[in-house]
Amino acid sequence: MATPNIPLWEVFIRSRNGLAHKHVGSLHATDATLALQAARDIYTRRGEGLSIWVVPSNAITASDPTEKGMMFEPAESKIYRHPTFYDVPEEVGHM
Amino acid sequence: MYTQALNSSDNDDRHVEDAARAAQFQARIDADERIEPNDWMPAAYRKTLTRQISQHAHSEIVGMLPEGNWITRAPTLRRKAALLAKVQDECGHGLYLYAAAETLGSSREELVDAMLAGKAKYSSIFNYPTLTWADIGTIGWLVDGAAIMNQIPLCRCSYGPYARAMIRVCKEESFHQRQGFEIMLTLCRGTEDQKAMAQNALDRWWWPVLMMFGPPDQVSQHSDTSTKWKIKRFSNDELRQKFVDATVPQAQFLGLTIPDLGMKQNANGNWEYSPIDWEEFKQVLAGNGPCNRERLAARRKAHDDGAWVREAAMAYAEKRKSRQMAQAAE
Amino acid sequence: MAVASIKVSETPLVLYTLRRADDALILGHRLSEWCGHAPMLEEDMALANMGLDLLGQARELYTYAAKVEGKDNDEDKFAYLRDVVQYRNLLLLEQPNGDFARTMVRQFFYAAFADLYWRAMMKSKDTTLAAVAAKSEKESAYHIRHSSEWIVRLGDGTEESHARTQSAIDDLWAYTGEMFAVDDSERGLIDAGIAIDPATLHPQWLKTVTSVVNEATLALPKNNWMQQGGRSGRHSEHLGHLLSELQSLQRSFPGATW
Ligand SMILES: [Fe+2]
Ligand SMILES: [Fe+2]
Ligand SMILES: [Fe+2]
Repeated sequence: MATPNIPLWEVFIRSRNGLAHKHVGSLHATDATLALQAARDIYTRRGEGLSIWVVPSNAITASDPTEKGMMFEPAESKIYRHPTFYDVPEEVGHM
Repeated sequence: MYTQALNSSDNDDRHVEDAARAAQFQARIDADERIEPNDWMPAAYRKTLTRQISQHAHSEIVGMLPEGNWITRAPTLRRKAALLAKVQDECGHGLYLYAAAETLGSSREELVDAMLAGKAKYSSIFNYPTLTWADIGTIGWLVDGAAIMNQIPLCRCSYGPYARAMIRVCKEESFHQRQGFEIMLTLCRGTEDQKAMAQNALDRWWWPVLMMFGPPDQVSQHSDTSTKWKIKRFSNDELRQKFVDATVPQAQFLGLTIPDLGMKQNANGNWEYSPIDWEEFKQVLAGNGPCNRERLAARRKAHDDGAWVREAAMAYAEKRKSRQMAQAAE
Repeated sequence: MAVASIKVSETPLVLYTLRRADDALILGHRLSEWCGHAPMLEEDMALANMGLDLLGQARELYTYAAKVEGKDNDEDKFAYLRDVVQYRNLLLLEQPNGDFARTMVRQFFYAAFADLYWRAMMKSKDTTLAAVAAKSEKESAYHIRHSSEWIVRLGDGTEESHARTQSAIDDLWAYTGEMFAVDDSERGLIDAGIAIDPATLHPQWLKTVTSVVNEATLALPKNNWMQQGGRSGRHSEHLGHLLSELQSLQRSFPGATW
């Protein structure tokens, strides 16, 4: 008999350095409480984190990789959004 | 590691893919882009990776057993804690790798069922018994050493989730080989009995460890596509040679004799080893190694004994959900 | 050729420290037996973590006992070169793992006690013990969280899991009383503010245990006869087997360092 599937969760950890929660991996658990405990036991064994999020994997909506052109390329030509686009004389100093 | 030896070729079902997409895919690989789970990929790429990653995962999990055999007998509390933490790490590695394999569309349960049914392979090395404490030192020193040699290039493998899992694994691996070497060093500087124990373990493990890198390049069937897809970056023989060259001076430092008296250093500085008994390797892969049956039986027992626990947790989750729904409806 | 057992001068503080060290070692050892055999990989990780917490506690406590005793004993001599009758752990903790329910019930009964105990011990006048207590309290707080979540799921899961967990509770209940017992040797330390009186923790322990067991739709036994003996070396038959495994190398290689 095939083993029944236990739901998959994605784990996000905020590390000590104050950065945002970052995806670190996945695990299997039957409910959110056990998922959180398992995340602690699996992904923070070397002092990696100060905060954990667990999210059911099937709750994540992902962008479609085939739409990469439409989704992300239009931003590439907007170079005026970057500070280096503008000329400020060196004498003015850091700005 | 653990897997290179085992794959057979799957070139055939590539022909059904549409050629333009396949060419685009290969162009991405050639440009060193990472392939991510939802990206289009040839069926054979998916299949090869699913098999390789899951075999790697099975190897980590089955690999817990030979070393686990000594956790309760570790000779000092310091060694006991280190060994338990080490074997626990291997469990984590299996877990990360199953998760990476799952991104390709098979569930962990499916993959595990295939292994328990004897339909999936795992590394031949874990079918050898751990007879003495020196085996624990030898495994850390040589088996983890060989694994690291193979796993470091996998950190740059073309499939994103696999590469990321390997980065995590390699970070954790860094203490495994050192703890093994330290055990060996302590034994080699110890009593006559201890030194003999260390030599005896090396005698038994040396050849099986060399086999871990898989069949020689002339007969390795799957290397071509794996190399083209940047799943594999070095050949079996290249890695094996690198390992031997790194290990010989370590054995000399320990004062141990590698059980290959014909071994000699050539003009390039490489250590030339004697022919490997590939018949033994074939037999172990075919299920006839000294511990194949015990290893599978142990994993099956853990799986079967745990079934009621998993069922209970699922049943509870269902109950809790329906209670919450009933509450919300009030 | 076997290596002989050490002699220990069990002054009250040495004895006290060895008792807690033995608790941690024996339970940690039991948990380590699960490694590679747990019901799912996630729980394999969790059991090993708890085992490592306890091994860490044991090592600190043994090292302190050695210092207090002032002979040439050390953590490994205490762990590897004392025989069954020299061990001072609670009977509860040497009970075999059995199935996952039994392991969780044993863990839960003990962690619910240890958490209260170490929290109270943080005020010990002995600064080393107070420091061990502060570290151990955090660890046992997680152990109680983990094990109680499982008790609830197993008790309120399936018929089978309910029956298994209830039978574990019924079988292990008689070993819980020993956690709260005090002998003369320990009484002096309590009076001196070095140890605390575990009997004062019993009401709170019972409250925690009862509420989790109730939530799990399980019941505590009516029988209140309690087994004693671990603290003075009168163990169950199980401990000897555990020690023969634990100690095999140290016992069979005289003069070896590992
Ligand atoms: Fe590993
Ligand atoms: Fe490893
Ligand atoms: Fe590995």
